[in-house]
Amino acid sequence: MIRFSHASKRYPGGYDALQDINFHLAPGEMAFLTGHSGAGKSTLLKLIALIERASRGQVIVNGQNLAKIPRRKIPYHRRNVGMIFQDHQLLFDRTVFDNVALPLVISGLSHHEIGKKVRASLDKVGLLNKERAYPITLSGGEQQRVGIARAVVNKPPLLLADEPTGNLDPELSREIMSIFEQFSQVGVTVLIASHDIDLITHLPYRVLTLKNARLSNDSGSHSSQTAGQY
Amino acid sequence: MGNWLHTYLLRHLQVFFYSLGQLTRSPLSLLMTSAVIGIALALPTGLHIILKNMQNISGDLDSAAQISLFLKKSTSDAQAQQLIQQLKGMPQIKKINYISREQALQEFKRLSGFGNALKALEKNPLPAVIVVQPSLSQSNALSNTAATQQLLEQLQNKPYVDIAQLDMQWVKRLYTIMDIIRRGVIILSALLALAVLLVIGNTIRLAIQNRRDEIVIIKLIGGTDTFIRRPFLYTGFWYGLFGGLIALLLVMTSLLLLSDPIEALTQSYESRFSMQIIDFNSTVWLIGGSILLGLSGSWVAVERHLREIEPT
Repeated sequence: MIRFSHASKRYPGGYDALQDINFHLAPGEMAFLTGHSGAGKSTLLKLIALIERASRGQVIVNGQNLAKIPRRKIPYHRRNVGMIFQDHQLLFDRTVFDNVALPLVISGLSHHEIGKKVRASLDKVGLLNKERAYPITLSGGEQQRVGIARAVVNKPPLLLADEPTGNLDPELSREIMSIFEQFSQVGVTVLIASHDIDLITHLPYRVLTLKNARLSNDSGSHSSQTAGQY
Repeated sequence: MGNWLHTYLLRHLQVFFYSLGQLTRSPLSLLMTSAVIGIALALPTGLHIILKNMQNISGDLDSAAQISLFLKKSTSDAQAQQLIQQLKGMPQIKKINYISREQALQEFKRLSGFGNALKALEKNPLPAVIVVQPSLSQSNALSNTAATQQLLEQLQNKPYVDIAQLDMQWVKRLYTIMDIIRRGVIILSALLALAVLLVIGNTIRLAIQNRRDEIVIIKLIGGTDTFIRRPFLYTGFWYGLFGGLIALLLVMTSLLLLSDPIEALTQSYESRFSMQIIDFNSTVWLIGGSILLGLSGSWVAVERHLREIEPT
C-alpha cells in the first residue's frame, strides 16, 4: 500500500527532515510511526499525503508513484487518504454533520447518499446523537472522533493519523486506538504517528521508529498477520 | 450522466445561495461594498445617459444645420424649379424646401409685424429661398461638418444662387463638445471599471484571508481548486449584481430629479424633447457589466491568492 524506497526530504535551507527511508506497508496493515519530536514523523506523513514532495527517492502509494502526480491531481490523491490531525482541523462554524459531510460534498455526491454515509460514519465512532451539535460544544475526545468520522466517511483505503491521541487522557487514547483497529480489521491500511510509547508498546502492531531523520528501527512486518486477528 | 449533471447543477445552486447567505450575515459590509461599486458605476452610466439625451436633442438640431440658398432676384419660379430638380439628384441632400418670393413676403408679414411697412414698398424686396437640409450621419460629427462645408461650396456655384448661407458654427461646436464628452465618458468608464475591479478583488482577497483555515482543511481532504474557487466567484457575482442595482437606483433617482428642470429648459427653446431616464439596453449593459466586473475581480483575486494557501 505504501512503499518508501530511498526517500529523502530536504527542506529549503538544507535541513534534512528524512534521509534514505525504506519500508513497505502492506494493504490492511496497521503500523505506528514513532520517534522524538523533530525526528521526521510529520514529514513522512506529509510525503504520503503529498503535502510535501520527496527530494530524492520514491514514494509509492496505492501503486502510484507520487512524484508523477501533477499539482492539479493532488486533490484526487488526497481523497484516497483519510487524514486525522492532532488539532482535529474541524470547521467550527459548521455542525458535526456538515464537517463529516465535507469530503462527500467535495466529491459531488447527492444529498441522499451524503446523509446515509455521514450517519454510518458517525455511528462507527459513536457520535450519531451529536450530528446537529457544533464542534465547540464537544469534548476533545469527541472532536477527535468527528475528525476520524470525516477521514473515513468516503471509505479511503489508507488512513493517516498524526498524533491522534496527543491531547487525550490514556483511557480516551485507548478508545481512539480501538476505533483505528476496527478500520484495520476491515482492510484499511492505517499508519499512526505517535510518541506515546506506553500506548504503542501495549499494542501488537508494527512500529517504525525514526531517529535523526532516519528509520532506526522497524519492528518488522510480521505483525501484519496478527493485526487482523487481534 | 443525467444524474451527474443534476448533482452538478444542484451543487452550483447550493453554492450560489450559500454565498448569498454568507454575505447577508454581515449586511452592513455587503451594503458598503456594493455602494462603493454602485457609486463608481453610476457616474459613467449617468453621463452616458445624459449624452444619449443630448444626442436626441441634437438629432432635432440637424434641421438647424440647413443651408439657405438665396436666389438671384431675377430668377423665375420655373428656373427655381429647374434648380430644385437638379438638387434632388444629389445624394448629400436630405430635404429641400422652396420658399417663393411671394411666400417669403407673406411669412415676413405674418411673423415680423412690419406688414404695414412692407405695403409701402412697391416691389417685393425678398428673394426666393431654397432651404437645403444636408443628410448627416449621426455617428461622426466632425466628418459631418466637413461634408456640410463641402456641400456649401458646391451649392454656392450653382446657377441662380446669389448667396449660399450656412449658419451652423454653434452646431459644429456642440458636436465637438459632445465628442469630447463622449471620449471623456469612455475614459472615465474605463478608470472606474478598473476601480470596481480593484474593490471587488480586494474584498475577495480579505474573504479568502478570513477563510484561510477552511481553505487549508478543504485542500487537505481533497478539495480541488475549482471547488474552493466557486463560492468566492459567486460572492463576486453577488457584489457585482448588488453594485449594479445600486448604480441603477442612483442613476434613476438623479435623472428623475434632473428631468423636470431640463424639460423646462428645452421647452423654452420650443423643443419637443422629453428626457429619457434609462432604456432597457443600458440597464442590461449596466447590470451585466457590473456582474462581469464582479466575477473577473474575484477571479483575479482567487487566482492570485489561492495558490499561496497550502497545507503545511
